[in-house]
Amino acid sequence: MRLIAAEGLAVRMGGTEVLHDVSLTLERGEIVTIVGPNGSGKSTLLRVLIGALRPTRGRITRAAGLRIGYVPQKLHIDPTLPMSVARFLNLPRRRPAAALRAALEEAGLPDLRDRQMADLSGGQFQRVLLARALLERPDLLILDEATQGLDQPGSAAFYRRIAEVRQEMGCAVLMVSHELHVVMSASDRVICLNGHVCCEGHPEIVAQAEEYRALFGTGTHGALALYRHEHSHSHDHDHPQPHEAAE
Amino acid sequence: MMLDDFLIRAALAGFGVALAAAPLGSFVVWRRMAYFGDATAHAAILGVALALGLSVSVFAGALVVSLLMATAVSVLSGRGFAMDTMLGVMAHSALAFGLVGVSFLSGVRIDLMAWLFGDILAVSRGDLAVIWGGAALVLGLLAWRWQALLTATLSPDLAHASGIDPRREQLVLTLALAVVVAVAIKVVGVLLIAAMLIVPAAAARPLAATPEQMAALAALIGGVSALGGLGASFRLDTPTGPTIVCVAALIFAGIMAGTGLTKIVRHNY
Repeated sequence: MRLIAAEGLAVRMGGTEVLHDVSLTLERGEIVTIVGPNGSGKSTLLRVLIGALRPTRGRITRAAGLRIGYVPQKLHIDPTLPMSVARFLNLPRRRPAAALRAALEEAGLPDLRDRQMADLSGGQFQRVLLARALLERPDLLILDEATQGLDQPGSAAFYRRIAEVRQEMGCAVLMVSHELHVVMSASDRVICLNGHVCCEGHPEIVAQAEEYRALFGTGTHGALALYRHEHSHSHDHDHPQPHEAAE
Repeated sequence: MMLDDFLIRAALAGFGVALAAAPLGSFVVWRRMAYFGDATAHAAILGVALALGLSVSVFAGALVVSLLMATAVSVLSGRGFAMDTMLGVMAHSALAFGLVGVSFLSGVRIDLMAWLFGDILAVSRGDLAVIWGGAALVLGLLAWRWQALLTATLSPDLAHASGIDPRREQLVLTLALAVVVAVAIKVVGVLLIAAMLIVPAAAARPLAATPEQMAALAALIGGVSALGGLGASFRLDTPTGPTIVCVAALIFAGIMAGTGLTKIVRHNY
């Protein structure tokens, strides 16, 4: 079942075209990751999809009654606004106390309901953001670099949780990530974005695409380490012993 | 009849304004709209001048001009203007034009102080009805939109994702602000309305764990300030509107000192 479809999106911000000719569709239950360099329009695309930005061209079709759970890259809570974890989880809809306890437990957190959001650690904060989004029982979960500021074990745990959530709730997941190695193993589909969709498809296929390599290079970030056995770059055949030649 | 006593009427008027100003003032603080409140309130003097000139109800005049000002500011801020400059220009221009406008009217010059600083002791039964009607309207509006307003205040993006339009919620606040300004003129005057919005809310902040607690505490602090200010001004023979704000400011200072001290004590032991 198709949840959301974008066709020919273009977004112009202050005279520069941030996105052009972006089309994508999301089906129920799939995990899709958007990768791309800084300033490639990843966050902009997500904001268009949640309805926070109006595209200058193109259109978006959503399944009727689509529920979106959104986890922003960073949520700044004004220090003048007192916000306990329980109160935060009760936005935008109030939930019974039992549901909040369960949401925190599922997120792997102790009962933090009376703590202030401002007093949480980075990892706890991100988990609470995710728990709030999940309380909406979303059909589509949208995560914008949700692991920013987490250490490696923290972000690995976060992505394991996303995979579990997909299993349990059957929702689709659309995320933006910089952590290419995680992306490659956790996604069904990868969209490589740089103002437009450079390439998209199964992670292994995208990892080998010229456009992707042009953006991320070939061995950086360990992104391709998982797939090294599949490297079949034409240069290798022309120069069978490149290492010796270099020495 | 109880309402025959001007002091009782004054107390009820002050209490009504404090009650409506508290939750709205909390939003003004959370959304960093302090100057926005000032601009709207200052514009109200222009409304007063126009109303007196046209011989229509001062409340209606103030309401219309506040509404226009609040909407203009709201629209401009949505378009990314440098807001503090813009608000400064608009707030003070509106005040200046209002004062000049009032000077053209014969016979009201003596009353200028009353519009600038309020004249709570002269509140009539009709005024009281308008104040409580306006307060009920504002409280009803905020209660109805409360969850959506909070979500939009927390993050416009989170609001969008949940199908809440932050611009519509902004409009609700704009409307509520204009009503509070219009009903508060008689009590504290245009120059100190923003104080009634901000000071009680700011004083409540260190004691609150949730937005609701902050709004409720602000209402309590505002109410105590209104009654305490009224009593103090009666005894000390000082202007009532400014005295009410002074009491609120003292409560604010007391709470700040108290929480600051608690933190230091906890830190040391």
